[in-house]
Amino acid sequence: MPIRPRHPDRSSTARPSRWMLPLRGCLAAVLLVTCCWNTLAAQPVAKGPDAQVAALIAQVKSIGLKGEGYPAAVAAQKELSASGPAALIPLLKAMDGASPLAANWLAGAFETIADKTLATGGDGIPAKAFEAFALDRTNAASARLLAYEWLKKVDPTAKDRLVPGMLDDPSADFRRLAVTRLIAEADAAKEDARRLELWTKALTGATDEDQVKLLVGKLDDVGVKVDLSRHFGYLLSWQLIGPFDNSARDGFAKVYPPELSRDFNVPLPGREGDVKWEPFTTKDDMGEVDLIPLLKPYRDSLAYAVTTYKAKQGGPAQIRLTTPNAWKVWVNGQLVFARDEYHRGSMFDQYVIPVTLVEGNNEILLKICQNEQTEDWAQKWFFKVRVTDSSGKAILPAE
Amino acid sequence: MTSRRRQALARRNAALSHRPLAARVKVADWTKEAGHLEAARRRHLFVAGVAFVVTLGLTFLLGGRAFGDDWRQFRGSGSTGTSASKAPPVEFAGDGKNVAWKVALPGRGLSSPIVIDDRIVVTASSGPRQDNLHVLCFSAASGDLLWERRFVATGRSLTHPKTCNAAPTPASDGEKIFAFFSSNDILCLDLTGQLLWMRGLTLDYPNASNSLGMSSSPVVAGNVLVTQVENDSESLTTGLNTATGETVWKLDRPKKANWTSPLLMADGQTVLLQSSKGVDAVDARSGETLWSYGEGASTIPSSTREGDTLFIPSNGLVALRPANSSSPPEKLWQENKLRPGTATPVVFQGKVYCLTGAGVLLCADVEKGNILWQLRLEGPFSASPVVAGGKIYCVNESGKCFVVATGGEKGEILSENMLDELILATPSIGDGALYLRSDAHLWKIAAP
Repeated sequence: MPIRPRHPDRSSTARPSRWMLPLRGCLAAVLLVTCCWNTLAAQPVAKGPDAQVAALIAQVKSIGLKGEGYPAAVAAQKELSASGPAALIPLLKAMDGASPLAANWLAGAFETIADKTLATGGDGIPAKAFEAFALDRTNAASARLLAYEWLKKVDPTAKDRLVPGMLDDPSADFRRLAVTRLIAEADAAKEDARRLELWTKALTGATDEDQVKLLVGKLDDVGVKVDLSRHFGYLLSWQLIGPFDNSARDGFAKVYPPELSRDFNVPLPGREGDVKWEPFTTKDDMGEVDLIPLLKPYRDSLAYAVTTYKAKQGGPAQIRLTTPNAWKVWVNGQLVFARDEYHRGSMFDQYVIPVTLVEGNNEILLKICQNEQTEDWAQKWFFKVRVTDSSGKAILPAE
Repeated sequence: MTSRRRQALARRNAALSHRPLAARVKVADWTKEAGHLEAARRRHLFVAGVAFVVTLGLTFLLGGRAFGDDWRQFRGSGSTGTSASKAPPVEFAGDGKNVAWKVALPGRGLSSPIVIDDRIVVTASSGPRQDNLHVLCFSAASGDLLWERRFVATGRSLTHPKTCNAAPTPASDGEKIFAFFSSNDILCLDLTGQLLWMRGLTLDYPNASNSLGMSSSPVVAGNVLVTQVENDSESLTTGLNTATGETVWKLDRPKKANWTSPLLMADGQTVLLQSSKGVDAVDARSGETLWSYGEGASTIPSSTREGDTLFIPSNGLVALRPANSSSPPEKLWQENKLRPGTATPVVFQGKVYCLTGAGVLLCADVEKGNILWQLRLEGPFSASPVVAGGKIYCVNESGKCFVVATGGEKGEILSENMLDELILATPSIGDGALYLRSDAHLWKIAAP
């Protein structure tokens, strides 16, 4: 059978000579092997389900601020949420070290999977693993709470088993559950001594304002006085200086001498003549330092307050500030936050400012600004400061 | 008929064989008669259109409710506070008459429920710091909880005690839910409760907060979610891509506390941003400011509209005709006596209704702004009035709902219905039902 040329336009003169045929075969073989190798190399390595979930979690955890990395994370989140119950524990573990935002994404995937698993009977919910995870205090607090909440759905007895041991838990949510339980127990108790015992015990774990004040009130009713400012860890003793001018609210941005150095013996030019640093210790239960009686005139004015906080150990902490005024906070000379808002309320732990303390003495400097408003509700110029851990529990200074 | 035309028709018929039966029968008839391909194409398009409309109509009829019954954001899908739905019951009571169902909520909220098809979505916040963010979805028919998701706030969650973190009403494009909180957390979930993305605007802009709390509700304009985050410090408004959560645009806004919500205008792509300085019409696709009205405006009650005419709480109430390519915005009238308190006004059939801070319902003519009648109700009101079936539903903070007739020459209270719980959230309407929420409960008010 005659060989028909592949391309009709090519004449027989273009046909390869006989000696070239083996060479062309070899070349073709090499090309085929190369192509196959390249194709295989280009394919993603087949991943097991664990590795796949880990890769998706890593993609979600990589999200940044202002929407950075979102398109890829949105795709990963969708795939992650379609995973089976085997992904539940890896998702909880992944919340450790995740940003607050990424932790929510992971929680969203977790709840979608857990909900689907529960809808099909709940057998796939790893209850024992959830319990172990919730009890492990080294895990992220929000992940532990999530494990606990889903554990309760499949094991209603978990609450009675776990909560009594949570009074000294590092998680504020768990401590709150334990305190609530003790308060209820005290309410049901018939003997005064038992009630006193339960209230006193509950107070050791209470850090939320409502629970603390309720317990302090009950103890006060039976003649037991609690040092509230110490319980919350308010800083009571300060050096104050002012007033400086804050007309047109310009003083907020202006750098006055106390921002540069603090020498308590040197008078400084204030709004109406020289002013000097004065020591002040508040006697308020909630650590309020009211500047109005100390530093008149107070409209269009600002003041500085400085204290030394002696930390038993260095590391992360939180400064929790309450003030209705504009403010700036420096720790050891570094500005940690500034806010130019006036008279929009003043509530417990109004501002939570993450800081890093050094072991030993730490200087905390405040700038508290009052504006020109004349309304009754705008006549406030005060601050309250305490130092806590991330759960809101007071970190008392070293004695 | 040429062979080429026969082949073309054969291909077309083969393609049409996959179309609905009604369309195929029609096509078979007319192709026999038709001798011209172009005519056949036109008729086919017509028939296919008819079939589509019929199919769509049947779908909605069989579904038992119309698309327009959705109430997808604050004051309804069109931001007008009115519903084309039939009127909810005039008389009802918190635990009895015409209560279709009542369910407990896990946290506080001033946000309105939203209605998406047969689902009711509501947000709540809980915990001593109000930092637990809840999104819940209920069956509209039964009140059964379909799903609940809980997240943790990344921004400032504390507020004045009267309000709470779950103050803004969520929004939806019909497929996705956008839950927004005072802490500036935005959660995007699908209708099954799956989190699609989340943004924490306080993480992005650390001073974008208000110590009293925020309450502006987002709106969906096309593929953009518009959120106003306006305050005394870092004040801004963002347009986010609804699919990915990415920022499409960001505007710096007046540094003044502002609790008003953006208003979706009639074209569905322009939003009206209100502030102490006035209003700005912004193209939601680009963030471009199209025109502004600079005579100041309230920072609590929001603007409303009827068609293209805008009604802005500004030194009383101002009726404004928006600018176009050839003319600036035109002030039609201004009435100082029409002063809405906290509630946003509502316009219905040629009349504008304002609830004053003193608890008086004012009715004015939309053409000139002259007051037609006033009716003293019992205030205070935080919830905005809503209208369905020619009746206005006004819920005061004590949980008493006044149903007022709109048709007469004087205002007439048709009924007073007590729910006996603190209610600050604006009611929602869907499919002849009124949805009300307190800090503790969600009610469906509907005739049995």
